[in-house]
Amino acid sequence: MTKQASSSQTECRGHLESGVLSITVTGRLDAPSAAHLWPDVHALLETKDVRSMVVDGSGILYADGAGTALLVFMRQVALRREIALEFQGLEADVAAMLELYPAEKLADPIAAAPKRSSDLVEQIGHAAWGAFVGVKDHISFLGELVVGLFKMVFHPGGIRVKDFFSVVEASGPQALPIIGMLGFLVGLILAFQGAVLMAQFGAEIYIADFVGKSVTRELGPLITAIIVAGRTGSAFAAEIGTMKVNEEVDALKTMGLDPVRFLVIPRVAAATLMTPLLAVMTNLFGLAGGAVVMSGIGFPLITYVNRVMAAVTPADYLGGLFKAIVFGLLISSAGCLCGLRTGEGASAVGTSATRAVVSSIIMIVIADGIFAVLFYYLGI
Amino acid sequence: MNEKKPIITVEKMTAKYGDRLVLDELTFDVKRGEIFVILGGSGCGKSTLLKHMIGLYKPAAGDIRIGEVSVVSSEGEKRDALIRRFGVMYQSGALFGSMTLLENICLPLEEFTDLGKDARELIAHMKLSLVGLAEFANLMPSEISGGMKKRAAIARAMALDPEILFLDEPSAGLDPVTADELDDLIIQLSRSLNITFVIVTHELPSIYKIADRVIMLDARTKKIIAEGDPVVLRDSAEDPWVKSFFNRKTQQA
Ligand SMILES: Nc1ncnc2c1ncn2[C@@H]1O[C@H](COP(=O)(O)OP(=O)(O)O)[C@@H](O)[C@H]1O
Ligand SMILES: [Mg+2]
Repeated sequence: MTKQASSSQTECRGHLESGVLSITVTGRLDAPSAAHLWPDVHALLETKDVRSMVVDGSGILYADGAGTALLVFMRQVALRREIALEFQGLEADVAAMLELYPAEKLADPIAAAPKRSSDLVEQIGHAAWGAFVGVKDHISFLGELVVGLFKMVFHPGGIRVKDFFSVVEASGPQALPIIGMLGFLVGLILAFQGAVLMAQFGAEIYIADFVGKSVTRELGPLITAIIVAGRTGSAFAAEIGTMKVNEEVDALKTMGLDPVRFLVIPRVAAATLMTPLLAVMTNLFGLAGGAVVMSGIGFPLITYVNRVMAAVTPADYLGGLFKAIVFGLLISSAGCLCGLRTGEGASAVGTSATRAVVSSIIMIVIADGIFAVLFYYLGI
Repeated sequence: MNEKKPIITVEKMTAKYGDRLVLDELTFDVKRGEIFVILGGSGCGKSTLLKHMIGLYKPAAGDIRIGEVSVVSSEGEKRDALIRRFGVMYQSGALFGSMTLLENICLPLEEFTDLGKDARELIAHMKLSLVGLAEFANLMPSEISGGMKKRAAIARAMALDPEILFLDEPSAGLDPVTADELDDLIIQLSRSLNITFVIVTHELPSIYKIADRVIMLDARTKKIIAEGDPVVLRDSAEDPWVKSFFNRKTQQA
């Protein structure tokens, strides 16, 4: 088999006589030459007033997969147009190639899974229903978890201690640098904005009240929760999702091990424990950020500290930490639930991780709103 | 014409993962147009050898050439040209999960040829029909079984009509009938297209049916312990392990 002939030496000619279309193909048929000939062949095959076609292939030196595809294409078009087609003089090799693809083996494919409807109203409906079902799922999952967590407290033997501590380490201490930086910056920005505003009234001292209250009650837990959602919640979804894709979750089930007890409880317990501890750190760094601004505009540190101590009540502080506990529970359970709900294939893992973060943040904001109303009526 | 000329030459190739030696100074060649089978116990380095032969990993020492071109040292355009000469089916199939089977096969055609969309899809359909998956063209890899994934992966490996096909355990996970059909397909492709096959497999019936030549790797010595025609090895191998493998007697407990 020589391999020098280029596509320019491949040719296709057609000739119509009394209803018989004769097509002559010569040369080497490979991917470049097939690509080159394809449009011409297509045009030829659509010639009008043809009763039968004869393809003279005696000049075909060689045909690879793409070249054979050209011949199959001729056969298919003839079949569609219900015109008889005959190949003549094919070399044995080329004929053998063509025989690999009998028409009946190229049967119609099964229709693909229905593409998502493009109807906007329908889509909104689907999305809303999906969100509703998601929330319902999450609530029942939370119930299951709380039962599991209680069991764990009373029978600590049943939990995988090693898993628990590795999650504690990954979601707690390792998050400290980013938590510290963000908390500090937010405290700084808050105090700075406050300074600009309160300087108009000569009330700069109240910056301490402002920073203290908003960091401990609101921003500390909230920032912590968002970091935990991005770092830990998504990691849970990806880890458990990968296990799901690799059929590891199924393996657990068939070994009689409950994936909720085995995978979810240690993670949820660890993250629920670590979120308030991280919130303590965020509060601390936030207040430190405020201190920097206050010192900058001339107040001694001790004044700031005293002012903050007076302004922030234990209820403010503990209320904030309680929120952090709830956020931790919501985030970690959402992460694990999304992980367990992962579909098939590698891309499903990414989708799950994204969904975990998005639903965590939505739930954090909703829960925070509920807390605001609740705390107001409780007078906290 | 030059049926007996080597197309792949492996010369004193040593493979390591970190410090752990997996293959020790292997030397062998694969002849143009033959069906070459790599055998050996599980974990002895068959997949590792395959991945070195296709240039995915660099050997710790030695050289591998396809034709006259070194797989180890070629880079850039030379490497691209080299890569287009072979197709690979990985042990797990490695289909792209976000594309249908048809799109999986169209991808290399789209990237490397000037064929129009109609032509590409027809070729993809043809390749799928070769492996008996014509009806499943529009399904996602996650919607088909493990054996079907392997067949689809073979179809994808053949998309660009390569000279050499590397198959890592193609018939593992297939039922005997389908596995036999796959063997027929391999023989047919090898005859009609003169494709060279390098296949990792354990299926004895399939080895006798398709293999022109085999090499057998040994996990202990990290070397080749047997090489040649499988029928000859069955009848006259000296090494007891090789003999028991080909006669499928389980000697050791
Ligand atoms: N990516 C890797 N990193 C380190 N060691 C590996 C890797 N892949 C395989 N190995 C080791 O190399 C040896 C050969 O593996 P492999 O080539 O997959 O075996 P086979 O395909 O023959 O079953 C095994 O001992 C395995 O543990
Ligand atoms: Mg292997």
